[in-house]
Amino acid sequence: MTTTDPGEIFQQEAQDLLALLETTLLDLEHTPGDGALIDTAFRALHTIKGSGSMFGFEAVAKFTHHVETAFDMVRQGKLAPNHGLIAVALESRDHMRLLIEQPEFADPRTGEALLARLREVVETGGAPAETAVAAPSEAVAPEAGIGWRIRFSLPRDALVNGTNPLLLLDELRDLGEARVVAQIDDVPPLAEIEPTACHVGWLVELVTDVPAAAIEDVFLFVRDEMTLEITPLGADDAPAAEAVEAVPAAAPVTVAETVGRPTAAAPTPAPAPKPADPAVEKREAPGSKLAAASVRVPAERLDELMERVGELVITQSRLSQIAATSLDQQVKAVSEEIERLVLELRGTTMGIRMVPIGSLFGRFRRVVHDLSRDLGKEVELVTSGEETELDKTMIEQLNDPLVHMIRNAIDHGIESPEARRAAGKPEKGRMLLSATHAGTEVLVTLEDDGAGLDRDRIRARAIERGLIAADAVLADADLFQVLFQPGFSTAKTVTSLSGRGVGMDVVKRTIDGLRGRIDISSTPGQGTRVSLRLPLTLAIIDGLLVRVGQGRYVLPLAAVEECVELSSEEDARSRGLSFLNLRGDLVPFLRLRELFHAKVPADHYQKIVVVSSGDLKVGLVVDQVIGDHQTVIKSLSKLHTDIHMFSGATILGDGTVALILDIGHLVAFGQMVEDNLRESA
Amino acid sequence: MSRPNVGDALEVLTLSLDDNLFAFEATHVREILDLVPITEVPTSNPFVGGLINVRGKVVPLADLRHKFGMRCRAPTVDTRIVVVEVDLDGDQTTIGLIADKVHEVSRMSATSLEDTPKIGMIWRQEYIRCIAKQDETFVVVLDLPTVFAPDPRAKRDHGPDGAVGRNAA
Repeated sequence: MTTTDPGEIFQQEAQDLLALLETTLLDLEHTPGDGALIDTAFRALHTIKGSGSMFGFEAVAKFTHHVETAFDMVRQGKLAPNHGLIAVALESRDHMRLLIEQPEFADPRTGEALLARLREVVETGGAPAETAVAAPSEAVAPEAGIGWRIRFSLPRDALVNGTNPLLLLDELRDLGEARVVAQIDDVPPLAEIEPTACHVGWLVELVTDVPAAAIEDVFLFVRDEMTLEITPLGADDAPAAEAVEAVPAAAPVTVAETVGRPTAAAPTPAPAPKPADPAVEKREAPGSKLAAASVRVPAERLDELMERVGELVITQSRLSQIAATSLDQQVKAVSEEIERLVLELRGTTMGIRMVPIGSLFGRFRRVVHDLSRDLGKEVELVTSGEETELDKTMIEQLNDPLVHMIRNAIDHGIESPEARRAAGKPEKGRMLLSATHAGTEVLVTLEDDGAGLDRDRIRARAIERGLIAADAVLADADLFQVLFQPGFSTAKTVTSLSGRGVGMDVVKRTIDGLRGRIDISSTPGQGTRVSLRLPLTLAIIDGLLVRVGQGRYVLPLAAVEECVELSSEEDARSRGLSFLNLRGDLVPFLRLRELFHAKVPADHYQKIVVVSSGDLKVGLVVDQVIGDHQTVIKSLSKLHTDIHMFSGATILGDGTVALILDIGHLVAFGQMVEDNLRESA
Repeated sequence: MSRPNVGDALEVLTLSLDDNLFAFEATHVREILDLVPITEVPTSNPFVGGLINVRGKVVPLADLRHKFGMRCRAPTVDTRIVVVEVDLDGDQTTIGLIADKVHEVSRMSATSLEDTPKIGMIWRQEYIRCIAKQDETFVVVLDLPTVFAPDPRAKRDHGPDGAVGRNAA
């Protein structure tokens, strides 16, 4: 059922680990002394190395090994996590990613250069010369007589699960001079022996100066299930075979610990004393918790599930329509029950697809970090609302537009430190990326405290390009819309980052494709604010079904504010001046009958459905409000791309198709009508 | 789309639109339905003025009679919807076509296919793949992808949103 290619699994896992590594490194830059962060980075590197070599990504494993060694030194306090190291580590992370995802494009020279830089950083970082990073760790000179006695046994099914004890022993040998003795006390008589079970335990005397933690790391992937006991090797302990065979010294030891539950089947040595070192105890195998908490599912399968639920919703609404006309109480009861279940199923399915936007925001810290360095500007990215959830597909599609907006803000918006000082602002520029729920929409805004948009220049450029008339009087919001024209740029010089005029039109197109809207506002000298309004989901919404003429239409229920009656007197009075007095507020309204060229005569009692988008309200005159309707959104085909009033279509209970009104478009249209009326008044 | 050479055989579906005999390649056809309820799309081009439900999918309904300037007679017992799949700009798009009557799937023999005559044709030449002769009558074989391709010349001749704005204001 799930993806079975182990290479692919490794790639997915590595992607997560690399992302974790990146955020950890960036955090570490701010708080260099944080031991937990250093540990996280080290563990991520270690896991990449370990599973890399396990799945045949040798180049990855080899390269990562050196970076890991450097972080091991950091962990032991031999090396300070300074800017230089983090910069190299970030670039190394990119190289690892390339090695994993597109090994054919990875240039070994880049790797070499990175390692050389890493070596330099390590050497200047006050590290002892003999532990140069590039040197493999076998070269670490062991201090004679100091080491560890390791007693371990694996669960019976370890071999079946693919653990190879010989590799573990090899890894121990890499740490220093090791003497290995097998413990065969628990091996049953030949007749009872189970050929696939692991009956043997091992006792290893390791002469080395690595800490006990390094030995635990060897067993990182099997820790949960196994029995492990690590005791320091006494100075007088002659590393001789006889000594090894002897029962370990009975004296209680400080760092001994037993991890995991020794299964009944596993050969159990005498119960080890309780761990005395809480620091050691805390170091749980990092992968185990994460693995249990989530399941990887390919995205297409989620799409498929959503589609099935959509079909179920349509069929269910047909059933309830039939049940409503039926006299059979049992049919009615079953139909209601199914309706409730379908509603819950819909909620759960949509919930599966929702992902907190924080996963996206995390990536931008790196973008800001790199860009501000390249451009010689100091910029701080502050994010808020990371927990806001959005449809997964939407999050993926938001990446490129947001990267582009951030680039624009850093390149054009935020000034150089000198200019900022001159303007009396703090040298460090500040960008705020936030996400919040606003009704049926999610509002994502990017604010910077830079120079703001240059109205005059945009205007001049727009007139030059014939986009607006020379004498046009435009509000800011309208003027800034020209920024979304393909090829529009006011940059005097083209940089590698921006100024080519490609981009904002692509941003606009992507956001339009997601049924979202984009607005720009700017205060000269104080900054620019770009807001994206996005619908919560692309799949199913609660709708309000209305009738206009003979046609039935769906309004997104969440956009509906209220329904009021349009009395015939008001109808007659408001001809030509379509305003509604709503508790003192003047709300413009649109007669959908006229918009849609309805041919049949209007109902005597027409209704006005007041809808809102953002802060704007508009009334829509309909013939009848039918009721709420679970609406599965189906997009319109390419043949209808020129229709802007409808955002999609859906299938009603009786099998006919109904169009979904695009509220954003209608509200904007209503406001335009209102503005025209005000001007002419 | 290349014109068929004389010598190629072509399998086509023949249908009537306002007493004219048309045909298109049978490989486009997915199914033929009886008339279903049609949802009008206000402000759209009347050529693709409707939507229908085909097995749970919302499919645009096209009326070739509009495109070719023919009379749109009221539906009869013979009216059918031919569901076709056409490659539009790289996307396989399902489209319903309204037909006054559907005749048959037939093999046009090699000798009956003739290249489009340059004159004597009231329809745009690029929409037509070839003319076939069948029992002494002429059948116009359409090139569906061209028929549905966006027409740069006839841009916005149906006044959708712009015209609407004037009405409402």
